[in-house]
Amino acid sequence: MSTELFVQYLFAGITYGSIYAIVAIGFNIIYNTTGIINFAQGEFVMLGGMIAITLLSFMPLPAAIALAVIITMIIGALIEIIFIRWLKNPSVLRMIIITIGLSILTREAAVHIWGENIRALPYFVGNEITTIGIMGARISPQVLWVVGVCGVMVAVLHLFFRATSVGREMRACAANRLATILCGINPRNMVTFSFVLSAGMGALAGCVMSPITYSQYDMGTGLAIKGFTVAILGGLGNSGGAVAAGLLLGVIEAFSVSVVPLAFQDAIAIAILLLILFVKPHGIFGSGEAARLKAF
Amino acid sequence: MKRILPILPLLAVVVLVQLVTAWTGTQYYLTQMTMAAYYSLLIIGLCVLMGYAGQISLGHAGFFAIGGYLSAALTTRSLVPFKEAALVRLLDNCGMLHAGKDLYGGELLVVTPWAAAVFAVLVAALIAVAIGIPVLKLKGHYLAMATLGFGIIIYRLVLATPWFGEADGISGVPPFQLFSGVTVSGETSVRILNYYLAWGVLLCGLVLLINLMQSRIGRALRAIHGSEEAADAMGVNIARFKLQTFVLSAVFAAIAGVLLTHYNGGIGPSEAGVMKSVRYVAIVAVGGMAHLWGAMFMGVLLNFLSLRGVFGSYDDAVFGLILIVIMLFAPDGILSLITGRKKQAVTVPTVQQDREV
Amino acid sequence: MAILAVENLHRRFGGLHAVNDVSFQVAAGQIKAVIGPNGAGKTTLFNLVSGALTPSSGVVRFQGKDIQGRRPFEIAALGMARTYQNIKMFAGMTALENVMVGCHLRGKAGFLSSMLHAPWTWNEEREVLGKSMELLELLEIGESAHVLATSLAFGQQRAVELARALAMQPSLLLLDEPAAGLNIYETAEVGRLITKIRDMGITVLLVEHDMSLVMDISDEIVVLCFGEKIAEDLPAAIQNNPEVIKIYLGE
Repeated sequence: MSTELFVQYLFAGITYGSIYAIVAIGFNIIYNTTGIINFAQGEFVMLGGMIAITLLSFMPLPAAIALAVIITMIIGALIEIIFIRWLKNPSVLRMIIITIGLSILTREAAVHIWGENIRALPYFVGNEITTIGIMGARISPQVLWVVGVCGVMVAVLHLFFRATSVGREMRACAANRLATILCGINPRNMVTFSFVLSAGMGALAGCVMSPITYSQYDMGTGLAIKGFTVAILGGLGNSGGAVAAGLLLGVIEAFSVSVVPLAFQDAIAIAILLLILFVKPHGIFGSGEAARLKAF
Repeated sequence: MKRILPILPLLAVVVLVQLVTAWTGTQYYLTQMTMAAYYSLLIIGLCVLMGYAGQISLGHAGFFAIGGYLSAALTTRSLVPFKEAALVRLLDNCGMLHAGKDLYGGELLVVTPWAAAVFAVLVAALIAVAIGIPVLKLKGHYLAMATLGFGIIIYRLVLATPWFGEADGISGVPPFQLFSGVTVSGETSVRILNYYLAWGVLLCGLVLLINLMQSRIGRALRAIHGSEEAADAMGVNIARFKLQTFVLSAVFAAIAGVLLTHYNGGIGPSEAGVMKSVRYVAIVAVGGMAHLWGAMFMGVLLNFLSLRGVFGSYDDAVFGLILIVIMLFAPDGILSLITGRKKQAVTVPTVQQDREV
Repeated sequence: MAILAVENLHRRFGGLHAVNDVSFQVAAGQIKAVIGPNGAGKTTLFNLVSGALTPSSGVVRFQGKDIQGRRPFEIAALGMARTYQNIKMFAGMTALENVMVGCHLRGKAGFLSSMLHAPWTWNEEREVLGKSMELLELLEIGESAHVLATSLAFGQQRAVELARALAMQPSLLLLDEPAAGLNIYETAEVGRLITKIRDMGITVLLVEHDMSLVMDISDEIVVLCFGEKIAEDLPAAIQNNPEVIKIYLGE
């Protein structure tokens, strides 16, 4: 394999990997505050892209994206308030089924609003054929946008959890819900906020990736299962692990194109997921101790 | 046999439906009733797995597809190019091959439906064992995602394999002569026969599962659901029972797949899709999880309505909505609203307990 | 001959030494009690013996066999039954069905013969049913046989759990606080019952807080404190053991 082809694959892998990492972190945020795996996580990404594309006919690109993210955040909040908030001690099975139902409803709503067509946001800079050279490979500037935005999101999120009081309250809520209540924090608001946060992140990722990967009503399931793979790979609840695992999966997928047919690409991610679940259920980067605390 | 008595009124209803359709000239309803019965066979199998053994599976359409696709491919794909291969010869000598002419008069050599069906169900069972051993060690979200992943892999495989017809699926699947005079086929001339056949198969399946639930094995399964730790201490080999139940439900799904494929004369990739698996889970949930009768009733009703196209383009949305509404307001199934039957809330670990224990 | 032998058993949870170098033996036909203050490691000891937890080191011998690394269901098959401190009923099943699960090991019916309701399983079913009913009547809860086990009163659930354990026809029965939550009359009743079980030829190892019960029925007593065995003796001697008194009454 030539160097430039190598770099080409590498960047493709990193691009997809960043998206997977963002979806995985979305899983983690909600999982940490609620113990729920939100099967509708991929739908946030789809909604972000689709709404932005629609809004684009009324306003300039940055405004459309900003508004799309806000709208998706509101949808995330509504989902939590309407369907999740008032359940008392739901069983795991019940939560799985409810979030799967939500994902189907969102997808069906999308197909009735936007149809089955594949859409895309325009490239943020230049167009499809604009490229910049990196080590001999031709890379679309949008790739840098994706990687950059995802990187900034992860950094901001890290700061948010460490340095703001809301972030600290959310972490407290994840560590011990009862003790948080005793400290006068309302964990319910934290749960709503975790849905808002993870919806917003998903939506923004959905916007920046749209020009390269396109947006379609049914993109959510595939993203969700890959995001989950990454979340498990990185250790459920561990966002640093998610970034590393996301990039790893993206790169593996990208390079697998040269070995197996494109049609089996998804199957590879899933096969990796199954393999990890069977061999090391608490993830490669996750510790056994932490997994026991959040054991299922 | 007291336990099977409730079958009799049901049998009467089945006959009554046929007579009414004959009388009102609406026999075309029987086609969807037949298909709904086959889908319900899968659903009662899944009901035992989910409701009694307490294991969720989001990949059961995969087993249905394994059964359907294998029997479809084996009975339509000609073996003429491999005529001289030792295996093909052996099969031929065992009477498992069937020679004929294709549409254009060319030579056609295919596996007989019986051999194909047995092979398809066996493969489904073996895959269930291979997948089940590692998967059933998982719980909760992990189990859900792993089974979902299995379903997606099967879907991708049929979609990407020319032998399985890729996006077009397989058509022209021949009728399946079970024994002399009884043929699984969608021909109008045998519509009534096939209606009774499908319902016969479904009711047999139901009786078998009811028997199972009221036996030593059924008690052990329910005990596992009640308290895994205590069942373990009572000497119940939990891993083995979970696996056996998983394989059993996979076999039910594969049989449904085989029969429905021969009835429809073909199968397409949507039968392997994730939405199908989710739909089956939805129906079991609506029926009340640990409720064979509820699962069967809802399976027939919802599949019939869906096949009649009552839900139009909102088909999937309806099932999504059903899932949410049932899980929010009646997690013990829709029948619990009518009868007030409340199951003990302690049976399943809650999300919070799960994390903190 | 010792039916159960615990040798140098250790179990750590992180830095906590829940069971620390505990050794003792239970002779066949005995009622042996394990006592100690809260957090002494009694329930952990039970979980180690029954296979629910694996020891960090040490050996548990049951009927002469080292049962290290065996799963609880395998140990159960060797003839060990147990009850739980916080009762674990099989939810969604009646009292009778709960007890019938206890007969699981003695049944043979498999998946296929069960599904076919094969004639050769009928006899077995009848026997299991009769035996389970008998046990419920022995524990005087026969009239609640068809009630959902989880909707029974606390004391009755205890009885169902005990019947379920007896249905296994064990040679060794582990009772984890059988009198917890019972009043003095019920406690005395439990005492008589345990003696009766012993007279049926079943060896009993129990963990209990109620001193009057323990002193009344036990043949021998082991005292644990902070995971370590500090005494093992006859009840009368334990009552006068200065170290035991110190633990229970303070300096």
